[in-house]
Amino acid sequence: MKRSTGAIALSVAAALALSGCAAGGTTDSGAGSADAVIEIGSLYEPQNLSNVDGGGQGVTEAFTGNVYEGLYRLSDDGEVEPLLAASNTVSEDGLNYTFTLQDGVTFHSGDPLTAADVKSSIERVVAEDSQSARKSSFAVISDIQTPDDKTVAITLSEPSISFIYNLSYIWVVNDTAKDLKTSEDGTGPYTLGDWKRGSSLSLDRYSDYWGDAASNKEVVFNYFTDATALSNALVTDQIDIITSVQSPDQLSQFTDNPDFVVSDGDSTTKELLAFNDRVAPFDQVAVRKAVYSAIDTEKLLTSIWGDYGTLIGSMVPPTDPWYEDLTQVNPYDPELSKTLLAEAGLPNGFEFTLDTPSYDPHPAVAEFLQSELAKVGITVNINTISADEWYSKVFKERDFEATLQEHVNDRDVVWYGNPDFYWGYDNPQVTQWVSEAEQAASTDEQTAKLKLVNEQIAADAASVWLYLYPQIVVANSDISGYGVNGLNSQFFVSKIVRS
Amino acid sequence: MTVYLVRRLAFLAISFVIAMLVLFLLLRVLPGDPANALLSVNATPEQIAAAQAQVGSDRPLIEQFFDWFGSLATLDLGTSFISSLPVGPEIAARMAVTIPLTLLSFALALLIALPAGFVAAVRSDRWYGVALSGFSQLGIAVPVFWVGILLVNVFAVNLRLLPSGGFPRDDWANPADALTSLVLPVITIGLVMSASLTRYIRSATLDVIGSDYLRSARAQGASFSGAFRRHGLRNGSVPVISILGIELATTFLGAVVVESVFALPGLGSMLLTAIQQHDYPNIQGILFVSTLLVLLIGFAADVVQRFIDPRLRVSISGNGIR
Repeated sequence: MKRSTGAIALSVAAALALSGCAAGGTTDSGAGSADAVIEIGSLYEPQNLSNVDGGGQGVTEAFTGNVYEGLYRLSDDGEVEPLLAASNTVSEDGLNYTFTLQDGVTFHSGDPLTAADVKSSIERVVAEDSQSARKSSFAVISDIQTPDDKTVAITLSEPSISFIYNLSYIWVVNDTAKDLKTSEDGTGPYTLGDWKRGSSLSLDRYSDYWGDAASNKEVVFNYFTDATALSNALVTDQIDIITSVQSPDQLSQFTDNPDFVVSDGDSTTKELLAFNDRVAPFDQVAVRKAVYSAIDTEKLLTSIWGDYGTLIGSMVPPTDPWYEDLTQVNPYDPELSKTLLAEAGLPNGFEFTLDTPSYDPHPAVAEFLQSELAKVGITVNINTISADEWYSKVFKERDFEATLQEHVNDRDVVWYGNPDFYWGYDNPQVTQWVSEAEQAASTDEQTAKLKLVNEQIAADAASVWLYLYPQIVVANSDISGYGVNGLNSQFFVSKIVRS
Repeated sequence: MTVYLVRRLAFLAISFVIAMLVLFLLLRVLPGDPANALLSVNATPEQIAAAQAQVGSDRPLIEQFFDWFGSLATLDLGTSFISSLPVGPEIAARMAVTIPLTLLSFALALLIALPAGFVAAVRSDRWYGVALSGFSQLGIAVPVFWVGILLVNVFAVNLRLLPSGGFPRDDWANPADALTSLVLPVITIGLVMSASLTRYIRSATLDVIGSDYLRSARAQGASFSGAFRRHGLRNGSVPVISILGIELATTFLGAVVVESVFALPGLGSMLLTAIQQHDYPNIQGILFVSTLLVLLIGFAADVVQRFIDPRLRVSISGNGIR
């Protein structure tokens, strides 16, 4: 199956190259642009409509900022802006936050927004059965009070500099709403129209929205499982925009074509070769560094992404505040690699199994690593597993030597401060810095601490950070007003217009 | 005949229950856990346990099976682990795409294969008879998704005559739109299916042409076409009908692959997604419906054969069913 998709991509690319790919036709601009229907194409269908019950990347893309809003929002540029919180005050010791809510906000069911809704929304995320990826960030909350309908007072057990930022992940949901996996009751500029599983999800402009009304009447997310089918839909004007292109094979037909705009935004998705740092020989820093220096990451990135994507030397993408260029800490140098192996007592190399998720780009990356590491005497056995098996085998049971995985979130370097995480990196100094950074009194102090973490994990080659994915949005040239960075899989649609 | 029908139905019911039991167990020995689809890479041990409790994957197998089989009896296919939507209505919605797609493709395959197979047999000494045989041989070797991609590139991407994929949001509210979006997928499956059907029909026709009864009829002065109509058609159709049953089921499988190429929200794409997510209620629901359909097709093919061929009716003695 895996091979055939590659074959499909190749044959399509060849066919397109041969056919010279006819230019797009004219788009039907329909009525005035305020009444436009925007057709979006995406590979990420929500699994369900709740972000605390495993709705996945798809529900974040379709709903965050569009159907649901938080007290704060993470803008496409990575800035944290107040949204449903009109203002806030923080006590001197950083433990007491008081939020005042926006006036005139209503839920789609007609209920007015009150402090009780905010309280129950936070409780939804920290609840025992919550599947929210952010649950552990909110463990610092010790108490939530609602002195009146407009005020929420939150007490923390220890200072948390990322608290406001983390709040941007919490959807404010009506506290009386039911069946949130299949319906919604948010405050955003759109209400849920129709969700046809396996096909599309439509959003309708909400007429009583408290802020600026959406610039379009309706937005439809059209879901595809096949990247080629998705590109074809854009070429043939069935959709206006692709939220995230996952393969450069599809791009050639859009670059240099005035009917389309290709945007190369800032992504936060990192391709990792994650060692299990608990097992020999990866418990030795020298061995991990040897593996790192044996890999020509530049050549790998070019072979996977052509001219797109970025090289990184650690877990931190350039858009995180504590970024610094560390690409030379573990340079590509096969001779150095052999020296390091000899130092570690493995002059003849060693053998390990690489658990490789079966979906792109991992299989291609695994084969590349296999040939690179063979040059320094390391034998890689590729074991292909499904995403589902990856969870059971690697993530839960820690039954692996090394694996490939993409990590999508921003500011996730802090996972190296958790010795219980799946990759088992355990450096007490780093754990302490991460905790001090979170309790820092200022963002400058936080940034300084996390830079130390950043430098240390690179020096220890905690993992191999192969490259940063590009974030590519392709749109019909008569569409504008969309975000290009796709931070944390968000895709705000209310400003999209058709000219 | 009544005795036969009752027996045949009992046989159908037993095979169905066995099939369901095997499918249930097969699903459960697949590596992985349906709870995984709900988790993120930041999941804590508590979250993992909660997800398992939510989908019931922490309960004993036997309990899971009787739960499911019990609700089947009331025609309730349960609720998806992942989406929390009821399985039955979703399957019904997907059937509105897959059933027309399968039947239209099959009809097209027959339209092509019947004349092509006949000509390839009767005119096996002419160039076009040989060419037809060759084409059908080639067609069997061609993967169905490749034909789909080729057709999309020619008719959708370059000529802009037809949509490259997708299905109208309002389903069959506008039948013309719905049919338009099925044209390319139907041609894709129909073309590929017609290749193997052509070969079956060709060999059935060759059997008839070489048969004693046809020679006797010709010896008594009947024309070839007259003899073929009178004797050949009926005799030749018996093996073809049982093949047709199998091929109809295969067409359904072809639909699974093609739906993904054409982004059609049918049963096939639903099954693929459900398997990726280990969404047992959805997988079981789809297999329940499709197994039932396949068994019913086989049943219908059997009964039709017995109507056509009286020899089959007497061949049943006390030792079971043919």
